[in-house]
Amino acid sequence: MKAFFIFIRKEFYHIFRDSRSLLILLGMPIVLVLLFGFAITNEIKEAKIAVVDDTRNKVSREMAQRLDASNYFEVVVYPENQSVMDEAFRQNQIKMAVIFRNDLSPAHDSQIHLIADASDPNTANTLINYATIIIRTFEQEHPAQAKPARIQTEVRMLYNPRLEGVYMFVPGVMTIILMLVSAMMTSIAITREKELGTMEVLLVSPIRPFGIILGKVIPYIVIALANTAVILLLGTLVFQMPVRGSLALLLGACGLFVITSLALGLLISTRTNSQQVAMLISLMALMLPTILLSGFIFPIESMPLLLQWISNIIPAKWFIIIVKNIMLKGTGLEAIWKESLILVGMTLFLFLASIRSFKIRLA
Amino acid sequence: MNADKAIQIRAIHKTYGPVKALENITFDVAPGELFGLIGPDGAGKTSLIRILASLLLADEGEAAIYEWDIVRDYRQIRKHIGYMPGRFSLYQDLSVEENLHFFATLFGTSIEENYDLVKDIYRQLEPFKSRRAGKLSGGMKQKLALCCALIHRPRVLLLDEPTTGVDPVSRKEFWEMLNQIRREGISILVSTPYMDEASLCDRIALIQKGKILGIDTPNGLTSRYERPLWAVRASDTYRLIGDLRTFSNTHTAYPFGDSVHLGLKEATDQAVLYQYLLEKGHESVQIEAIRPDVEDCFMEWMGG
Repeated sequence: MKAFFIFIRKEFYHIFRDSRSLLILLGMPIVLVLLFGFAITNEIKEAKIAVVDDTRNKVSREMAQRLDASNYFEVVVYPENQSVMDEAFRQNQIKMAVIFRNDLSPAHDSQIHLIADASDPNTANTLINYATIIIRTFEQEHPAQAKPARIQTEVRMLYNPRLEGVYMFVPGVMTIILMLVSAMMTSIAITREKELGTMEVLLVSPIRPFGIILGKVIPYIVIALANTAVILLLGTLVFQMPVRGSLALLLGACGLFVITSLALGLLISTRTNSQQVAMLISLMALMLPTILLSGFIFPIESMPLLLQWISNIIPAKWFIIIVKNIMLKGTGLEAIWKESLILVGMTLFLFLASIRSFKIRLA
Repeated sequence: MNADKAIQIRAIHKTYGPVKALENITFDVAPGELFGLIGPDGAGKTSLIRILASLLLADEGEAAIYEWDIVRDYRQIRKHIGYMPGRFSLYQDLSVEENLHFFATLFGTSIEENYDLVKDIYRQLEPFKSRRAGKLSGGMKQKLALCCALIHRPRVLLLDEPTTGVDPVSRKEFWEMLNQIRREGISILVSTPYMDEASLCDRIALIQKGKILGIDTPNGLTSRYERPLWAVRASDTYRLIGDLRTFSNTHTAYPFGDSVHLGLKEATDQAVLYQYLLEKGHESVQIEAIRPDVEDCFMEWMGG
């Protein structure tokens, strides 16, 4: 038992004495959460827009003021006609334009056009959505002034609107970090022993292979769980991410996913002999699918059928479903037991596979 | 197998694809013996030591360390041997003391318990005990590795080229340490490519291309060399080798330090060779009959 504890202590020495791995393990979660929270976000603040007002009446003026007063928009120009507006788009002065035009058609007495720069479709769509909401609200408040206006929007590119995923990044970043710490760092840590030849010395010692693995893995479990706590704290305190379900259940789910990822890392390390190969495999075979196919960035529902099938074997997909359910919907175990069982099954399979391929000898 | 022997090796074969790494290796090491496995790189020394350390499986044959079969009882073997791989295999980011403490605890013992066994070596390391192992000199690294392999008082010590890449002074010190360890009753199997280290062993096995060329005490081995052997010197050593190889009575001629060792087919007068070399235009020729050493034996049997 003493031998086991000294093994764990040695593992912590390795982690704390290597500034690079320390940076990845402790700095990465904070950087990623802040990056996703502040920079890579769908939220729009003070987007520059133009207002082309052909009607020149009170309603249109008030509506433009309302847009300007919101946090989302800032009216920077009032072009006289549409060609001036086009020029402003081309010169990147504005992201969206609102046109109030005199419609000759007797059916409507006013018409509002929203034109967005869809070279960045995400932003364009968000802008249109925000503007629509503001204009609708305005109309509801002033039913007498404005007869129900038909809002026509012109978006130059069609794609899947995904505004509902504003809270996606906390579960997503958590998934990436846990995967990174548990799978990549463990596989690197174990292959490092092989590469430096110390595995040879460890094998020729009374410590059993299972002890070696457990001793290497436990420090990373501790760090992964600490990272989970940091991400959750940042998410709830800085970004007002709600935790509507049980916190214990959430932590339990994180623990389960950590173990799944560790099993993946172990499997990689039993099949490779160098740190670089282990890192490449972890990045290519784990991180990329986790980011692309887990539903973190791209909705699974809109993927081709083949990719939807593939996404089923990605543990991160199930973990993200579980976390979203607990955090956002506040559901309990009754809603996530199926996903949890899938993760448990994957974990058992991966552990069996890696124990089978762990060698008690060199070749 | 006979449990009175420290190491018993019987007809071990090992191949890597088409390469025969070990062919029919058989020998014993007695308790308390310092046994040298002498041969050049690629001779199969590392494979043999790894097989004995239970790290590799032989294709054929069997081996035992005391009463433990290296395959069946590998777990016992791993408790009772000390193994030092050819490459420095300690934790470079751990200090000298932490490494030693780690390996002591791993083997269920403590530095204090077996301090007397390693103290002569460890005393030299103590001034650097808080230094990271990766920052030690080559000789110091090997001394630390030896300490770590010894700290659980193994019954058999397997050392794979412990002196390769180590400066001559440290090499000498290292061998003195091995001598002391042997006096504690620990059997040592050590491999080395340096022929001059052979004379420091109790017995040696010359190994080349996976085959054993001869096993004996260093003196016993050299006494088996039967040809007349001369050391020949001349001002132009390079040309000398070529000319000696065309000499009719030459069996082998190879450079050896600043001279050429010449093994003769049959005994003859030195004047014959002297005359031959003068005719070839060599200057300041010296010829001297010498006693063969291990390297001469190696060169002789390697050819046959």
